[in-house]
Order: sequence, then C-alpha cells, then structure tokens
Amino acid sequence: MARHSRLRVLAVSSGGGHWVQLCRCLAAFEGCEVTCVTVRRAYASDVTFPLHVVRDATRWSPFGVGLLGLQMLWILLRERPGIVFTTGAAPGLVALVLGRLVGARTIWLDSVANAEEVSMSGRLARRWADLWLTQWPALAGPDGPEYAGAVF
Amino acid sequence: MIFVTVGFQLPFDRLVEAVDVWAGQHQRDDIYAQTGDSRYRVRHIDASPWLDPPQFRARLEGADAIVAHAGMGTILSALELGKPLLVMPRLARLAETRSDHQIATAREFAARGWLLAAEDETQLPEKLQELAGFTPSARIGGRASEELLGCLRSFTDRVASGRS
Repeated sequence: MARHSRLRVLAVSSGGGHWVQLCRCLAAFEGCEVTCVTVRRAYASDVTFPLHVVRDATRWSPFGVGLLGLQMLWILLRERPGIVFTTGAAPGLVALVLGRLVGARTIWLDSVANAEEVSMSGRLARRWADLWLTQWPALAGPDGPEYAGAVF
Repeated sequence: MIFVTVGFQLPFDRLVEAVDVWAGQHQRDDIYAQTGDSRYRVRHIDASPWLDPPQFRARLEGADAIVAHAGMGTILSALELGKPLLVMPRLARLAETRSDHQIATAREFAARGWLLAAEDETQLPEKLQELAGFTPSARIGGRASEELLGCLRSFTDRVASGRS
C-alpha cells in the first residue's frame, strides 16, 4: 500500500473538465503524498488530499499569469514535489515550467477535449514535460505526444 | 427532469434561450438550468447561475436527461452516471469560448453513440425530442483507463527509484 510514502506529487489543474480529468487519474499515485492545486475552494469536497487554490488565470491575462506564477512558486517551494502532474490548462502549464525549474519530474496529460490537435498550452508544455501525453491515438507520433490511454 | 448546464466559466445564452423557448412550446415544467453569468431571463424553466459541486452532482444524479455545452466535465460525469446527454458546442466566433475544440468533442463522442449532439440552436429542438428515447451506447467507470493509470504508475515508480 505504502508504495512510495515519501514521494510527493503535486496534481494541478484549472476548473471544470480539467479538474474532473485530474481526479480520474489520482488513483495512479496511491501511496504517494498527493497535494492538489486548482482554482475553486469548493473542489476540496471531491478529494481526500490537501488542496491549494490559485488564481484562475488564462494565457490572455498577463497580470493574472504573473500572480498565478508567484502563487505556484510559493506552493512548489513549500511542497517540494518529486512529480508535477497536470491536465492543464494555464495553471498546469505554469506548474509544469516552474516545477521543472525546481527539480520535479513533470507529466502533461492533454485534455480529452482536444481531439483534433494538441491544445496551445499542451504545445507550450512540450519542452517542460518529461512525459507528454495525448488522449487521442491519432494525435500521437514520433514528433508528437505519446498516447497511453484516456481518462475513461 | 431535464438538467441543463453551461459549466462554470462562461455563459452560454444561445443554449439556455433555445431550451427555454422549446420548454414554452412544449409546456415542459420539469427543466432546471445552471446558466452561469447569463444575460438572458428565462421564462419557462427554473434556473440558477451557479451550483456548488455537491448541488451540481445532485442535479446530475436526479436528472432523467442532461443538456449541456460540449464540456468534458459534464460529458464525463454524464457518461459515468449513464445519463442520456445532448450537447451543443460553443463557438469561438460568437465569443462563447476561445477555440472551436467543442465542435470536435461533440462530433467524436456522438460518433461513438455516447451522446447526442446538436450543431446549433436550430437543430436543438429536434435533438431534444430525440433525447427522451436515447440511451448512451456505453457507460464509463469512475476513473481513468487501466492503460493510462499503468503508464502514470510506471513513471512514478521510475521517479521513486531515481531512474527517471
């Protein structure tokens, strides 16, 4: 049961579908110390893990992204995760980049909502992701993300 | 009871209005809508801008059918509950979202018979009629596929043993 009792996982997503998809994956980190980061306090009732709330910024708001970056950096420096796992979007990208800079291994799971092309955040995440995943086989390839199943 | 939801980010009055008008034409008094920051005043259905997650869950569970934007949160929740779902995609050109990804989502899931999709508000009434007799072709479990969980577990194992 205590697979990796000391390995810390920071699981990050924005709201709505990104959060639902994140929750559906958390069973993979059983035995780790999981902490969630999302954008709505009310989501705390969906999980049994500690939860931090950050600003719900999009890439279209430089001020919001700046504030989000400061919040995320503070969380990363306190939590010191070994793994940052995210289902997007902007908060996930920020966590992935900053997480990598502070030494975490990173996983980007592109939302299943992106059936035709990898999301813009997903494309930006590419060079910061140790594991870069799509949920659509057609989008996977040698120059693209890896496909390893979906959230359902 | 039909539960209508537009998600928690942006309003989607094109959907709310189309359902409201349909409800008036068909004298339906069993429709409840979560409308977000809406400018449209509903006349024939009950509505509230926001629901917290437990209330939202209760509305989904209590519904005979669900009508929504083509957002993944609602789609996955409806599939997990085995509820008939009709979606209408948000469009970027109407500023209902920032990209047209919901069009592909609606098409891909409808092609599998997992939900019904209306292209726009003009197609919505006929799809609403269809919804009563629709059963989704599959029901999903409460978590990600074993393939995906396995991939995430093996990555975690590699990190834990210092090999990644």
